[in-house]
Amino acid sequence: MTSNPAIAANTRPWTNPAAKPFISIQNITKRFGDFTAVNDVSLDIYQGELFCLLGGSGCGKSTLLRMLAGFETPTAGKILIDGQDMARVPADKRPTNMMFQSYALFPHMSVEKNVAYGLLREGKSKAEAYARVAEMLKLVKLEAFGRRKPHQLSGGQRQRVALARALIKQPKLLLLDEPLGALDKKLREETQFELINIQETLGVTFIVVTHDQDEAMTLATRIGVMSEGIITQIGEPRDIYETPKSRFVADFIGSVNLFEGKVGPAAPDFMRVETEDLGPLNVLPVPGLTQGQTVWLAIRPERAWLTRTRPPEAINSVPGVVRDMGYVGHMSSYVVRLANGRLVRVTQANEGRRENPISWDEQVTVSFEPADIRVLTE
Amino acid sequence: MSALDAPPQASLLRPVLMGLAGLVAVALIGWLALPANIAVLLTSLVAVALACLAFTRFMGWSDRWMVIAIPLVWFVTFFLVPFFVLGRISLSEVAIAIPPYTSLWERAPDGTLEIIASFDNYLFLLSDSLYVSAYLSSIKIAAISTVLALLLGYPIAYYIARSPEPRRSILLLMVILPFWTSFLLRVYAWIGFLRRDGVINNILSWLGVIDEPLVMMQTDFAVYIGIVYTYLPFMILPLYATLVKLDDALLEAASDLGATPTVTFLTVTLPLSLPGIIAGSMLVFIPAIGEYVIPTLLGGPDTLMIGRVLWDEFFSSRDWPVASAVAIVMLILVVVPIMWLQAVQNRQEKNA
Repeated sequence: MTSNPAIAANTRPWTNPAAKPFISIQNITKRFGDFTAVNDVSLDIYQGELFCLLGGSGCGKSTLLRMLAGFETPTAGKILIDGQDMARVPADKRPTNMMFQSYALFPHMSVEKNVAYGLLREGKSKAEAYARVAEMLKLVKLEAFGRRKPHQLSGGQRQRVALARALIKQPKLLLLDEPLGALDKKLREETQFELINIQETLGVTFIVVTHDQDEAMTLATRIGVMSEGIITQIGEPRDIYETPKSRFVADFIGSVNLFEGKVGPAAPDFMRVETEDLGPLNVLPVPGLTQGQTVWLAIRPERAWLTRTRPPEAINSVPGVVRDMGYVGHMSSYVVRLANGRLVRVTQANEGRRENPISWDEQVTVSFEPADIRVLTE
Repeated sequence: MSALDAPPQASLLRPVLMGLAGLVAVALIGWLALPANIAVLLTSLVAVALACLAFTRFMGWSDRWMVIAIPLVWFVTFFLVPFFVLGRISLSEVAIAIPPYTSLWERAPDGTLEIIASFDNYLFLLSDSLYVSAYLSSIKIAAISTVLALLLGYPIAYYIARSPEPRRSILLLMVILPFWTSFLLRVYAWIGFLRRDGVINNILSWLGVIDEPLVMMQTDFAVYIGIVYTYLPFMILPLYATLVKLDDALLEAASDLGATPTVTFLTVTLPLSLPGIIAGSMLVFIPAIGEYVIPTLLGGPDTLMIGRVLWDEFFSSRDWPVASAVAIVMLILVVVPIMWLQAVQNRQEKNA
């Protein structure tokens, strides 16, 4: 990824402290009565990014998006788009367009008229507008459907009409609220890559709201994980997955085993953490921790390592019994019960045809590499 | 064909037995608890239903059409039969008899049956300008009232539909509330407001706005007030029903694409509420055309509406044939817009 620094610097402006953010969200708060939907959120997003706001329902991600679109007024804070303060700019004057979760296509208008709507409001002539509509429909592969009404289209086609309608004004910023939520799994996977292609073709900045971590991981240049109105972590998909900052993020993105423990005495190569479930574990030293402090160890199931006998080179290992096993083709997932009853999830890649795979009720050893254990303090 | 695919055996015995039991039950309850004529009516209704069911089963038809049997019987009994009676009367001539019109057929001396029917009554309606201008004036008054009710009802319906829940129910209740009082009493109440020394004139002269009391009673103005007031709920309710279904996201989408609130209203809200506008307008226009009570109580002698003409023909002139012709023509005037409404709604449904 870093083999070509010129491109790397170009496509990852957030790594460059001198880069000017395109959208700057500054200490935004939104309250509905007593309920704080968005709590003092600050966020910079750069030109050409595909930024995903990821979180469960009610975490404030949609509210944040709606404030960017101008449908909600922030209780406090400031939003700058391309350096311009949006406080006094109504939704119909903002350089943003939105793709709605329900698509919100006008049911009484044909596909063409839906897509042309934004251009006609700009005062473009009909001829010009419909020429652009034809281009746009071609981009989303709906040339043949211009005269249809929305109810005559499939879910995937409606989604593309909504995208075309939102893109036709060439907004500086496109806001997408659960853009793929209403599609079935296969269509969703195809559309994800289509969306990325379109985004790269047009160079528009996208902000996508989603509750689907796979969608966020696939689409995003960066992800902002939201929970209870605050952004708990911002980072590239790999950072979020590999180095989550909190138990919430570790647990929300993918699956994880979490063990509580106390920091033990310092050792030369490793730091020791005393856990109730696994006994003492050796982890890579983390600066800034004091002895006796409570920490949590996060271990991804695919980073644990399952054997019948204890491997001599293993630094951390615990015995257990396979309680459950699932074969998924490219991998198998196991649930291992430790001596104290605690369950640990482990997945093993199925490389090659194993003659005698580990199965139910076998005595096994689960081992962890120190580098694969993430130490969390919150 | 497996046993599962086979249609269930339509047994004749079971429904007939059940029906007979029902018949006996209704007859017993009716005989014990209800006035005799209602008991007879109920019992015969059940008997008719039973006969229909037995007949369908006997013919081996599907029972499904029984679902529409009740509305069908209702329609035939209370619309189609009276309509043909009126049509028949409109083709005869006035006579001093009971009932006061001539028979449509006569036995000729040679024993053949002669049919005497004429369209003279309809031609007469055309020849006398009173009828034509009464129709035109009814249509005019009904149309203007409908437009006024729409202009007044739309913002009310919009406001109710956009209100948050507890308030919305209260507002809807307030729209329906006047129906608790008799329509006639409410029209009488307007006399108290509109007359020379009525509430409005008293307030205006107390405020010093007017020196002379305004003449409002017995004018077309009073008729408009009466019709709009009476039929406003019929405009508001269908409008409310379409506006409340309007998805907020559509309005946001319009504004997101650069439409100002006015443009959003004209390009999204208004076209999507068209079914409600049409339904509401029909519900006001159709009864307003034939309105009799309001022009009689609030209108002046020169307020010409076809409902009053109809009344006069039936009860003052006792000319039942002409009155029937007036009624039939009025019905056609009303049915044409209904059919247009149906056509528009069908088209809407096909597109929705």
